[in-house]
Amino acid sequence: MTESAGAMVSEGKRPPREGEPQAGPTRRGSREGLLEGIRKAGVTAIFFAQLLAACVPALSKPRLIIAQIYNAGARSLIIIMLSGLFTGMVLGLQGYGLLHRFGSEAALGTAVALSLLKELGPVLTALLFAGRAGTALTSEIGLMRATDQLTAMEVMAVDPLRYVAAPRFLGGLIAMPLLTAIFIVIGLFGAQLVGVQMMGVDRGIFWSQMQSAVALKDVTEGIVKSLVFGAVLSLIAVNEGYHTDPTAEGVGRATTRTVVASSVLTLLLDYVLTAVFL
Amino acid sequence: MADLQSTPQPSAETDAVIDVRDVHYAVDGRPIFAGLDIRVRRGLITAVMGPSGTGKTTLLRLITGQIYASRGHVSVFGREIGDMGRAEIYATRKRMGMLFQNGALLTDVDVFDNVAFPVREHTNLPEPLIRTLVLTKLEAVGLRGAAHLMPSELSGGMARRVALARAIVMDPEVLIYDEPFVGLDPISLGVILRLIKQMNDALGITSVVVSHDVHEIATIADYSYLLSEGKVVAAGTPAQLAASDSATVRQFMTGGAEGPVPFHYPAADYASELLGEPA
Amino acid sequence: MRANRSLEIGTGLFVLFGLAALLFLTTQLPSSGFKFSFKRTPGYTVTAEFGNIGQLKVGAPVSMAGVRIGDVTKIGFDSNSQRAEVWLRIYQRFNQIPEDSFASIDTEGLLGGQYISISPGGLPTYLKNGSQIQETQSALVLENLINKFFANYANKSGSGGQGGSKEPKK
Repeated sequence: MTESAGAMVSEGKRPPREGEPQAGPTRRGSREGLLEGIRKAGVTAIFFAQLLAACVPALSKPRLIIAQIYNAGARSLIIIMLSGLFTGMVLGLQGYGLLHRFGSEAALGTAVALSLLKELGPVLTALLFAGRAGTALTSEIGLMRATDQLTAMEVMAVDPLRYVAAPRFLGGLIAMPLLTAIFIVIGLFGAQLVGVQMMGVDRGIFWSQMQSAVALKDVTEGIVKSLVFGAVLSLIAVNEGYHTDPTAEGVGRATTRTVVASSVLTLLLDYVLTAVFL
Repeated sequence: MADLQSTPQPSAETDAVIDVRDVHYAVDGRPIFAGLDIRVRRGLITAVMGPSGTGKTTLLRLITGQIYASRGHVSVFGREIGDMGRAEIYATRKRMGMLFQNGALLTDVDVFDNVAFPVREHTNLPEPLIRTLVLTKLEAVGLRGAAHLMPSELSGGMARRVALARAIVMDPEVLIYDEPFVGLDPISLGVILRLIKQMNDALGITSVVVSHDVHEIATIADYSYLLSEGKVVAAGTPAQLAASDSATVRQFMTGGAEGPVPFHYPAADYASELLGEPA
Repeated sequence: MRANRSLEIGTGLFVLFGLAALLFLTTQLPSSGFKFSFKRTPGYTVTAEFGNIGQLKVGAPVSMAGVRIGDVTKIGFDSNSQRAEVWLRIYQRFNQIPEDSFASIDTEGLLGGQYISISPGGLPTYLKNGSQIQETQSALVLENLINKFFANYANKSGSGGQGGSKEPKK
C-alpha cells in the first residue's frame, strides 16, 4: 500500500508512459487484454493445481474441514430449504397447469422429479451457493489477505494454501452435493404439497409414476453436476479471495467477480455436462 | 538505552545474520531496488528507514523468501535464499519472527489461540505445556489477562503486543518489525519501543526494525540504514546519521517538505497547464 | 476448542440431513432398488391375476366407483398360469366388498397413469385377507387398439387399402 503512494513520488516518467498505449490504435489494447485474460487463466490453473496438492496434507486436519463444511453447508441450509420448497411448489403448480391441458396430470411426479434432478436442483443450488457461501468465502479470505494474515502465516512457516485455502475448497466440494440433494428432496415434497394436497393428483400415482420413470442415471447426473459445480465454485471463490487486491475496495470487487464468474460458469458448465450425459 | 557499543561496523561478515548484497528488484518494470546493500549483525538492533514507498516492505519479503531478487544476493543465517528449496525456506522462517504493521492476528480465534498457533502447527507439545508457554509469552508483553479476548476487541497497541508474543513464541533468532510504530498513541508507542529493546537485550534476539519514525527508532537502534530511490543513501549509528551533512539525510531526519525528495508529483509546467495550452 | 460444540452439532446435522437426502434420491426415486413404504394405512391384502397389466405400477390406486379404497403393493408373475399377479391392499374400513367383484385395469385420462377399478359383484360373502379376485379384465393397450382399428378399417375398405396392408395384423 505504501509502495504505490511512493511510486508516484519517485517515478517521474509514469504519466507520459501511460499515455502511449492510449494514443495507439485500440487493437493493441484488445490484444493485450486477450493476453492478460490468458495469463489469468494460467494463474488460476496453477493455483488450482497447487490447491489440489495442498488438499492431501490438509486432510490431516479434519477439524478445519469440518468448520468449513459448517460454513459452506450448514449456514446455507435455511436458504436452500426455502428455495427448494418454493421451487418445488411452483413446479407443481406450473406442471399441473400444463399437464392438465393434455389430461396427463399423472405425469406430474415424473415431470417434477426429472426437472429437479437433472437441472433445477444442481443449477439453482449452485447459484444460491455462489451468492451465499461463495461470497462469504471470497470476502473472508480477501480480508485475511488485506490484513496480512496470509502473509503472516507464510512467515510463520505455515502454508496458507494448506491451512486456509484447501479446507475451504474441500468444505465447499463436500457441501454442494449434500445441499443439492436436500434442495431436490424438499422440492419434491413441495411439488407433492401443491400437486397432491391442493390440486388433487393421486398421491400413489404421483410417486409411482415418478419412480417408474426416473432411472438411477438421472440421479447420478444430478449428483455429478453438483460435484462439478461444487469444485468449480469453491475454486473460484477461494481463488478470488486469495488473489484479492489487499484493500477494502479490492475485496469488494473480488466478491462481485466471484458471483458473476460463478453464475456464468454454472450455466455454461450445465450445458456442457448435459450434452455429455445425453 | 542510549549507550551504544563502540560504534559497530557491519564489515565483520562472519556475524552477519542477514546479508543483502547488490540486490535489484523491479515490479512491472518499475525498479524498487537498484543495488541495495544491507547487513544485519547478530545481537544488534538494525533500523531500516526511508520515505514511504522506498520498498521497505519489499525488503522484508525478500528476506523472508516470499519473493526473489532479480539480481544480487540475499542470504540469511549464511545461506543464500535463492538456493533454498521450499522446505529449507520454511525451516529458515521458523528461526525468524515477524511483527506486521497491524498485527495480522488471525481474526477467527482468540488471543490465546493466536499465540499458540505456531506452536500447535510446528510441534506436538502436550496442551498443558503449550498453555504454560503461551501464558509466559503473553506475560512478557503484559497481556496475560487478555488471553480470552478476540482480536477485534483489542486496541491497535494491544494487537501489536499480542502479535509480538506470537512472533517470539517459537524463540526465534531474528525478529523483524514492519513499521511497529504506525498509528500508536504515545503510551502504546513507548511500550512497544521498550519491548523491542527488551527482546533484544534479554533474549539476545537480533532485530530488524523497518520504520520511518526517525526519532523513536534513534533511541534504540544500534545501526541504521537510510533508503531512497532503491539504494542505501546513508548508514551509521543514529548519532552519525544525525550529524550527516547529506541533503537527503537531513531532509528525512528533519522532515523538510522540499529537498532531494520533491514535494510535487511530476507534472507539466504549472503556468502552461493553467493557461490551457496542450501539454 | 471450547465453543466448537454447537459448530460440530450443526455440521453433523447438516451432513446427516444431506446424506439422508442423497440416500432418498438414489434408492427411492429410481425404479430399481428396494423401497421403504411410508404410510401404512391398516388394510388387508387380496390378489388378482391379469393377462396383461400394461403400465400398472406399484403404488397405483385401487378404486371403486371412483373412490380410492386401496393401492397396489406388489406385482409379480405367476409361472403356473402365465399371468401377471397383482397384490392389492384394501383399506380396512372397506371390508364389505363382495367376493365375486370384478377388477379391471383402467387408464386415468388419455395418457395418464393406470389404476385398478373394482366393480362390485352380488355375493353376500366378502373379500378378506388372502382371497383372490377371480373376474379380471386386462389393461387396454393403446397400441393394440389402434392396430385393431386399422386392421378393421383395412378389411372394410377392401384389401387394396395401402395403410392397412402396412400395419402388422394380429
